[in-house]
Amino acid sequence: MKMTGAQIVCESLVKEGVEVIFGLPGGAVIPLYDTLPHYPQLRHVLVRHEQGAAHAADGYARVTGKVGVCFATSGPGATNLVTGIANAFLDSSPVVAITGQVARSFIGKDAFQETDITGITLPITKHNYLVMDVDVLATVIKQAFHLARTGRPGPVVIDIPRDIFMERTEFHYPDKVELPGYKPTLQGHPTQIKKAAKLLNEAERPLIIAGRGVNISRAYAELKQLAETAQIPVVTTLLGIGCFPESHVLSYGMVGMHGMVYANLAVNNADVILAVGMRFDDRVTGKISAFAPHARIIHIDIDPAEIGKNVRVDVPIVGDVKMVLQALNKLISPTTHTEWIRQLDAWRRERPSTEIRDSDSLLPQYVIRKIYEITKGEAIIVTGVGQHQMWAAQHYTYNKPNTLVSSGGLGAMGFGLPGALGAKVGCPDSIVWCIDGDGSFQMTIQELATIVQEQLAIKIAIINNGYLGMVRQWQELFYKGRYVATPLYCPDFVKIAEGYCLPGLRVERREEVVPAIEQAMAHPGPFLIDFKVEPEESVYPMIPPGATIAEILEEPKQKAKAISDSTKLRVSNI
Amino acid sequence: MGSTNPMKHTLVALVEDKPGVLTRMASLFRRRGFNIESIAVGHSELPSLSRMTIVVNGSANILEQVRKQLSKVVDVVKVIDVTGDNITVRELALIKVRATSATRSEIIEIADIFRANIVDVATDSLTIEITGDEDKVNSLLNLLRSFGIKEVARTGCIAMLRGSTTRAEEKKAKAADQGQGLV
Repeated sequence: MKMTGAQIVCESLVKEGVEVIFGLPGGAVIPLYDTLPHYPQLRHVLVRHEQGAAHAADGYARVTGKVGVCFATSGPGATNLVTGIANAFLDSSPVVAITGQVARSFIGKDAFQETDITGITLPITKHNYLVMDVDVLATVIKQAFHLARTGRPGPVVIDIPRDIFMERTEFHYPDKVELPGYKPTLQGHPTQIKKAAKLLNEAERPLIIAGRGVNISRAYAELKQLAETAQIPVVTTLLGIGCFPESHVLSYGMVGMHGMVYANLAVNNADVILAVGMRFDDRVTGKISAFAPHARIIHIDIDPAEIGKNVRVDVPIVGDVKMVLQALNKLISPTTHTEWIRQLDAWRRERPSTEIRDSDSLLPQYVIRKIYEITKGEAIIVTGVGQHQMWAAQHYTYNKPNTLVSSGGLGAMGFGLPGALGAKVGCPDSIVWCIDGDGSFQMTIQELATIVQEQLAIKIAIINNGYLGMVRQWQELFYKGRYVATPLYCPDFVKIAEGYCLPGLRVERREEVVPAIEQAMAHPGPFLIDFKVEPEESVYPMIPPGATIAEILEEPKQKAKAISDSTKLRVSNI
Repeated sequence: MGSTNPMKHTLVALVEDKPGVLTRMASLFRRRGFNIESIAVGHSELPSLSRMTIVVNGSANILEQVRKQLSKVVDVVKVIDVTGDNITVRELALIKVRATSATRSEIIEIADIFRANIVDVATDSLTIEITGDEDKVNSLLNLLRSFGIKEVARTGCIAMLRGSTTRAEEKKAKAADQGQGLV
């Protein structure tokens, strides 16, 4: 049967099992939108800015494991997606972005609302397509979804000229994809796995660093089996949080710049490190030459380009984390590392890292701890980027996979609200809290309208300190307290909420925290709480950029003293 | 990990014959500020696949990372670094050199020594076609310099592994993608 390009797009999305699209129409995609009403199985969520569409598709993908889909028009619509696409790329999130383009005869002529979006997104997509022939449209969509969800997942852009949407052709959805240049290695090399098993079996102070790859590959059971069988302590990266229950006796929290002291000490003292689905980001390693000085490193990753990129690896294993761990588990002998674990526990007792000090003022850490207690750790937490993000990682305990949804690699402020929107659409039965900063929240605040229009019961906690807090912290620690461009005028967020027709509360005192969170939870719809927290609170522990564990900063007893001490630090770049 | 001293590397890639593949590859070098010395592309023995030879300066460990990122480009079937391997490298150059009745025969003699061909003759110039590795082309250019070089066009190198190439290529690409090139 002959169909228009627009129908082919919709039919193909249905075939790929797509249920929801986040988008915003414009001139070049009107023909596509015009077809949508004929496909009631495709729910369209209208965002207020295309960045929100890309972040929402990303958030949706992270909690469901399915491909997130977003639509935008040509020109500014497409360029507004860019931050969201880059975010999905750096955090390996499966997203398919379909953009309208000017008609073929106008391409390359600087036509109205024309941008070369395939050119712009080339380095931030796994692959992208400019469809110049309606006959290849179905094949392109099939390939795009295949690429987005397999191997190391990532975003794929399909740019479709306006006239293609209207042209007719026979529709056949291909059964298979043929991509000679794309064959991800899934099974690890047996020799390498044997070498890894030998190292682990002989290790005295082994450690697992688990990253987002474990979440993506859903290798939770395999990881747990490995850790328990060989009694290996587990630490995670920011994006690995939740892939191993944080309440587990072998869990030692997050590593890296704002990781736990004991987790970083574990890395520093381990003799064998099994790095699983993580990529040794500089926020994890700190000073690279001093990273894990005593350890031999086994690195499992599906992406060969990650092996040996940042650190020297002794046993590289390219493959799918789940499959490799299954194979590895067969070769691991049950053992104990009592002395090593006792040492880690001692470090944790001596330097607990997440203690919240007694204070009369409203501390952000306290707010997050209470959200954790009241939600019983069952919520999906979506964050923006900054101090609140780190506190959310540190003070909420995550026991389930993919319950912390956060912009790790790109560190994109503004991810919180649209990310939460996507997460709630993907998991309507879960409690979704958007923990955001006052700066981060204002970057995508317009999506409040979307959550009200879609009646999404998202609970929003603004950790409002009146600063671009993480930058302020760096200025305090490394720029002698010169707060350039970080004090932040904020609107009255409760009135903003009122303007968008959702209930809001302001909390300024410690004793108001619990009742406010309870009220938000009891309310059936979206709810906003503006927590006016201690303005100059900093995130600790902190390993300064380019520094080592020896230089870790912990919560100072007296802040003034900490400032004078820290000015002596040798710090390289931001 | 390999050496950190920059040196000339020759990469050979088998790529799908599609728009944008050259940009995608060039972009990975541009991102790191690498200057591509030469790049030569043409059809391969396989339908719809092209073979590309890229010559670039860089340190071995960074280039190995770039090579792996090139392999990730969906339209790239495989990429190998053939630097230091037993390879045949050829380049073609067209050299237009000033020639008078007095110098013409001397120039032709030099061209003969290099087994180069005269492909165009004009009243005041000769155009010479030479094929060989980079050194050979450079040597001829040096010898012709004194006559006055009016114009030079070079194709850039193409390279091929000696021996039963396809199997050697496969093996090398596979080992590198398993990450074994690094241990």
